Amino acid sequence: MDKTINITLKVWRQKGPKEKGHFETYNLQNISTNMSFLEMLDTLNEQLVAKHEEPVVFDHDCREGICGMCSLYINGHPHGRDSHTTTCQLHMRRFKDGETITIEPWRSAGFPVVRDLMVDRSAYDKIMQAGGYTSIRCGAAQDANALPIPKPDADEAMDAASCIGCGACAAACKNGSAMLFVSAKVSQLALLPQGRVEAARRAKAMVAKMDELGFGNCTNTGACEAECPKGVSIANIARLNREYLKAKLKD
Amino acid sequence: MSSIFQSSIGKKLIMSVSGIFLVLFLLFHMCMNLVAVFSASAYNAVCAFLGTNWYALAGTAVLAFGFLFHIVYAFILTVQNRKARGNDRYAVVDKPANVEWASQNMLVLGAIILIGLGLHLANFWYHMMFAELVEAEGQYGPTEGAQWLSYYLSKWPVAIAYIVWIVALWFHLSHGFWSMLQTIGWNNLVWLDRWKTAAKWYATIVCLGFAIVVLGFAFEVFPLLDNCCSEAAAECATKCADACSCK
Ligand code: HEM
Ligand code: SF4
Ligand code: FES
Repeated sequence: MDKTINITLKVWRQKGPKEKGHFETYNLQNISTNMSFLEMLDTLNEQLVAKHEEPVVFDHDCREGICGMCSLYINGHPHGRDSHTTTCQLHMRRFKDGETITIEPWRSAGFPVVRDLMVDRSAYDKIMQAGGYTSIRCGAAQDANALPIPKPDADEAMDAASCIGCGACAAACKNGSAMLFVSAKVSQLALLPQGRVEAARRAKAMVAKMDELGFGNCTNTGACEAECPKGVSIANIARLNREYLKAKLKD
Repeated sequence: MSSIFQSSIGKKLIMSVSGIFLVLFLLFHMCMNLVAVFSASAYNAVCAFLGTNWYALAGTAVLAFGFLFHIVYAFILTVQNRKARGNDRYAVVDKPANVEWASQNMLVLGAIILIGLGLHLANFWYHMMFAELVEAEGQYGPTEGAQWLSYYLSKWPVAIAYIVWIVALWFHLSHGFWSMLQTIGWNNLVWLDRWKTAAKWYATIVCLGFAIVVLGFAFEVFPLLDNCCSEAAAECATKCADACSCK
């Protein structure tokens, strides 16, 4: 049976990067609890379009928790309250009938608002371009036994690699720090022999870019880890610190 | 390559290393204080030992630099972080359950510690070291530390101020201790929880150590062994000092 709820939305509306924004209140009736959160916003936008009003702009793409496009600060949490869940994986059954839901964009100097709920996250792309890759030619895939990797290392590398670059970490951080993201991207490679070759250069280049773009200094509050939809651990931040300090000391 | 200390991680390294230094100093300081729990004469001997000789002065100078770096960088980092955060605040905030309150209020806690430090320097360090340097005359000589403790901590506002100070210190350390190890990179999935537990232990032991001395003197039960000194409040302290072996 399809259960439905009535909800009130308080949505941040902002015409452009330089414009002053404000909250707009919308009432939605008969929202199916089987809907995803983004389908609920689609429903809102259909109603707005039907009334010849501007639809709410928000980011989304895969809608299955792998691309990192969706964002939204929902009732005080990036990607909503549920842990290990992206906004696109959030469902309306998690909300009560009559509930007021406040939806805000990421608010951090590193992620300026483009319009409504959409922010510019290209800063993360720039950090990746600074060194978040391997450039060695490793040829065709070799026999797995030729390059044994301890299982714990492989597991930790995979966990770090689950970062989807959504930006919730910096959005949740009182210091506007991007350290969880950068540490995940450094760790996924630093833990594997293929990535070790350029490890020192990578750590230095990515941290330099992160600083240059004005992200804050991590004080280990752990809000990022708590809000990360992929549960990336701050143990990666310790590894990044280690990799970076080692690389700098060697210079 | 730019200097390491211009980078975010480099600046945090300064915070961390100065923090480690202060953490070790506190442990040492607490041990010295605990001497006063047992014996006034032993405590006064410590006061005399750490008076105006070159090693005590050198230690104090190094300590002052440690504090200076820690405090200056605390403000530099906080200013940068506020800028990185931007001026737009969330309308709704809901702190995740596992984020320590202390971790988000380190500067405020540090500021309380700083004010307490001012009080402390004015009343103890000035009395026990500076007075000796300038050979000032006081009610109690620089090596009559225990008498000064008894006199001073029996004033209630002073004792309460010290307790507030120690509580702020507990919160600062309960986060700072594991944060400093995380910052220098000495952490991983396994040690994360261990260091956090160790932080609570360290903070509790150090703060209890300090608090016991404050409370014990406030209630005039210390020193336990040659208690004739502490019974005496301001008036008879000097007489007492003559009478027992406190000199
Ligand atoms: C006895 C005095 C103090 C001790 C033992 C102490 C200890 C520490 C330690 C161990 C850290 C962690 C360093 C890191 O994360 O790398 C820290 C961080 C910090 N301290 Fe202190 N501190 C003291 C006094 C102060 C004072 C006076 C202030 C400021 C006025 C202050 C402000 C801060 C700030 C803002 C942080 C950064 C937060 C963080 O990184 O976790 N502290 N302190
Ligand atoms: S670390 Fe987590 S919160 Fe940060 S960008 Fe990656 S997936 Fe998003
Ligand atoms: S839309 Fe792709 S992760 Fe949410």
